[in-house]
Order: sequence, then structure tokens, then C-alpha cells
Amino acid sequence: MDRAALALFFRRLFRRKLVLFAFVVLATIVLVALFAPLVAPYSPTGMRVANRLKPPGALNWLGTDEFGRDVLSRIIYGGRASLGIGMAVVVCSMLAGTTLGLLAGYFRALDALIMRGVDAMMSLPDILLAIFLVAVLGASAGNVVLALAIVYTPRVVRVVRGSTLVVRELPFVEAARTLGVSTWRILTRHILLNVASPILVQATFIFAYAVLAEAGLSFLGAGVPPEIPTWGTMIAAGQQFADRAVWVVLFPGLAIVLSALSLQLLGDGLRDMLDPRLRKAL
Amino acid sequence: MSAPATPPAEGPTLAIRGLEVRFRTEEGEVTPVRGVDLDVYPGRVTALVGESGSGKSVTSLAVMGLLPRPAGRIAAGTVRYTGKDGATRDLAQLPPSALRGFRGREIAMIFQEPMTSLNPVLSVGEQIAEQVRLHLRLDAAAAWRRAEEMLGLVEIPDARRRARDYPHQMSGGMRQRVMIALAMSCTPRLLIADEPTTALDVTIQAQILALIDRLRREHGMGVLFITHNLGVVAEVADTVTVMYAGEVVESAGVRALFRQPRHPYTRALIDCLPARATRQADGQRLVRSIPGSVAGAASAPGCRFAPRCTFQDPACAAERPALVAVAPGQASRCLRDAVLA
Repeated sequence: MDRAALALFFRRLFRRKLVLFAFVVLATIVLVALFAPLVAPYSPTGMRVANRLKPPGALNWLGTDEFGRDVLSRIIYGGRASLGIGMAVVVCSMLAGTTLGLLAGYFRALDALIMRGVDAMMSLPDILLAIFLVAVLGASAGNVVLALAIVYTPRVVRVVRGSTLVVRELPFVEAARTLGVSTWRILTRHILLNVASPILVQATFIFAYAVLAEAGLSFLGAGVPPEIPTWGTMIAAGQQFADRAVWVVLFPGLAIVLSALSLQLLGDGLRDMLDPRLRKAL
Repeated sequence: MSAPATPPAEGPTLAIRGLEVRFRTEEGEVTPVRGVDLDVYPGRVTALVGESGSGKSVTSLAVMGLLPRPAGRIAAGTVRYTGKDGATRDLAQLPPSALRGFRGREIAMIFQEPMTSLNPVLSVGEQIAEQVRLHLRLDAAAAWRRAEEMLGLVEIPDARRRARDYPHQMSGGMRQRVMIALAMSCTPRLLIADEPTTALDVTIQAQILALIDRLRREHGMGVLFITHNLGVVAEVADTVTVMYAGEVVESAGVRALFRQPRHPYTRALIDCLPARATRQADGQRLVRSIPGSVAGAASAPGCRFAPRCTFQDPACAAERPALVAVAPGQASRCLRDAVLA
């Protein structure tokens, strides 16, 4: 896509101010997490027992936790882990889901096999399946990514398969075949490019789900080990002090809400823009 | 664009003999194409004419090796193709991988729907460049130059700029030109044109037909032109093969066919041309039609056209006629030919 097309893309996407707002919020969160050492006022792990559970004030804007650590700094560093895990889940589930979805949609012989597996996995509640997988694999950041990628892959498979079923019947696919294009190239170039937009939309939603699910898993103790600051582990550790020091759970919670919400809004905006039936209405 | 007086100097590029295609369906096996004979000579146009469901598109897909698998297959017959290397092969016997090498490089196809036959997310230049990189093994820069050159060849104005355009930025006529550029990019020996002008305005139709004709002459390419439009046939074809319900009912040179059609179906088709419309008593012009519709693939014995034929007699329902030579270069499948001629 050249620069003019890219500019048009963003102009269309940001025509709705809410989408622009969501994008700005998300970009801010990502940038702050990315440049955490420059932005964070304190070390996320520096303990000062004298400062235990201090309410938000001039020195610690968002207060301190039960070990006297600065909540704001921990949220900033925690964003690295939370968003990083979310991103890794998106990449893994997109890769696996797109591959399986293309295969299921294009090769009818594989369709039943893949889709029954997908149905079986989708019949289990997301969070239960994830807890089960982490319990089996062991609690570590890598295993949380793996477990969540396995949980969310079936959603991607369904979307990609559905789009592939439509695109494979379009005349240009047959035209490509009459021109001697190999099945592999038809799949990777002609079909994949045409199902890219639903995949992109799905990616933003899965990012949001993954951030939420990581927090949920960590909160339940089936996620990232507590010594790594993530938004989920912060809430999990802070919950027993929530009656006296609501800020130790409130602000990480807000970080989760803000990032998940802005991702969802951005995904909605993308979907509305890329869906030709809705585009006319905008 | 009239029929050449001289017979073709070379052997046929494509020679189909006794082609039979079968499809497995839920109601059992059907035979949408049976006993088809067809020749396409270099630099000549063979028109394949018939109504919807007559088997003309299935015939072309069989030639390309693109029958829907696993339901469809070539059950009998030969599809002999003489390639750029001068060797003649039976495409019906080639494995799918070898056939794919022929598609695009030796045999190319253009379709009725220029609106949807191009990939919407790739620029037209990229689509042509991909094609020539694949078959001619050019590098990216050379392939792009070739794409621009091909767009110029099909008379797209400002080809270098239009190469960057996406299909939705072009009109139907332009897109059909791009399809032709795509098909011609590897200078195939045989072009299969499946109703290439049906979806276009009449003025654009004429331009596209002239373009195909020019490319055929300049490149000595054989063209199999599939259409249901006899007006177009008269304009472009050298020889004509008329299909009905999966069978060839008549084949002839284009002049003979229009001057002296032998098969009742061909006669009926020609009578349906708007130019042959008759003036009624009330001054209204009446365009004729053939009553009924094409019989299903699985039907009773006897002549398939008999139920709609004005000349049928009891024998027609009992015995299936064979395709017999009725004049030099003309063959017809009718029991009553001797009586009707």
C-alpha cells in the first residue's frame, strides 16, 4: 500500500471521533509501556516498608502497595508484560488460526477434520480451558501465551474459514487457476490478501480478550508468577488490601479497562470501515 | 473478419475427438458433454455456440483440466494439443501438475465477468507481473515493464500510469482489456474466450472483438470463442461448432453455416436473430424464439433436440442420430437431413 492509500485508510478510520480517541488512548498506553524506564518515576520493584499502602499523593501519584512500591511505576512496567503477552497471543493465534482456517476453507477434505476440532475446543469456556492448560503446562509467561493462543485460535479459524469459503468461489480465483497459478500461490496471495480485513479486525478483539484473560488468569493464580508485575498480578496481590487501600486494585483495573476498551473500539472502527456493507452508511 | 478462403496451412493447435465428460451428482452420474469433436487452427477462430447448459463451458474447462474435482472427469476421448515446442500431447492424459504448466503459458482463458475475474486487492500491473514472473521467469523489474507493455498492447491509454490502478478504478471494458493483457502476457498458442463480450456495452463489445482479432492475427494464436450470440459468431469466427445438450449438432465454416444451416437447431437459432424478426400484421416486429428449453443431461434415447424440433417425426424419438458429413467441411447430426436439405 502506498502512502496516499495509507493516508486515505486512516482518514476513513478516524472519521468517527470515538475511534480516533481509542487509537490515541491505546497509542499512549503502548508508548508509555514501551519507554517505561524513561517514564516511570520509581523502580517498579523498589520496596520501602515505611511507605506501605500510602494513598495517592504528590510523591506517589497513584499511591503505594503493601511493600511500599509505587503503583504508577508498577502499572507502567506491568503494561509491558500485559500488552506483551496480549501481543504474543495475537501473533500466535493469528498464525495458527489463519493457516488452519485457510486450509479448512479451501480443501474440503480437511474442512470436517479441522472444524470438528475447533467446535470441540469452542465448547469449553475460554477461561476454564486456559486455567486447565496453564495448570498442565506450568505457570510462566510463555505458557500463559501458549495457553491463551490455543484458546483463541479456534475463533480465528472460524472467521478465516468463513471468509475463505466465500473468496474461493469468486471468479478471479478460477481465473488465476486458468492462468496456471499454483494452489499454494492462490492460497497465500489471492485468498489471504482478500481475507486480510476480517483477520485484522479479529486481531484487535483477541488482543483485548487476551489482556483481560491474562489479568484473569494472574488474578486466579493460574497465570504469570506474582514476582513479575502485570496488571493481573497487581490486582491479585492487592485484593486483600482493597478494603483499606482501594488504589492498589483500582488503578491496575483501570489500566485493563482502558486498554481493552480502546482495543475493542478500534476493532469496531476497523470492522465498520472494512465491511463494504457498512461502509456506505458511514 | 470473414472466413479465409484458403484452408489452414498448419495442423490444428487443438484437436478434440470424442470428448466425454461425466459428473458424479447426488442423483447419479450425468454426462454433460458427449462425443464432442472440435478443431482450433493457429491464427483461426473456432466459435463454440449453444444455449446455457449445452455443455460449451464444460468443454472448455475439460480442455484446461479444470473440471471441478473430484466430481467431474473426462470419461473418454482425446484432447490433442500442439504446443510451442511443436510436440503434440493428449491433455486428457496429462497429470494435473503438467497441465498447470500449460495453463497461462500455452493455453489462456478469458471470462465473461471482467468485474470479478481480477483480484480486487492487487493492482492490475501486479497481477500481470505475477503472471509473467511465474511463467517466463523474469525478475521483478522486467516483469513490471512487461506488464506495462502488455497494457499498452491491449490499447489501454496511459498504460504506465494505469498499471498502478486497482480493478475497481477501471470500467468494465478496461477490465476486460486487462484480462486479455493477462491472458496474452505469456503469448499463448491457444486462447479460450468464454463469452468475453456478453457483459459489455455494444460499442465496447466491438472494440474488444477487434482487439482479440488483431492479437490473433499478429501472434498466430488459435482462438476458441465460446458464445451464445450468433451475431458475434458471424463477426469473428472462421469455423463454427454448434452444441446442443452436450452434443455437437452441427459444425461448418462460418459462411456455410449462415448460408446453408443443415441442422434444425442451427436453423432455429439463426431464425431467432433480431435481424430475422418478421413484421406482424399489426406492424409489430416479432423476434422468434425456440419453444421449450434444453433437455436435462439424462434423457430418453433419440435425438435430443426432437422435443423442440419443428421437423421431428416418430423416428427421431427412437434413434439417436450420428454426426455425419453433409457437405465438404460441414457435418450435421440429424436423421432427416436428406429430407430437409
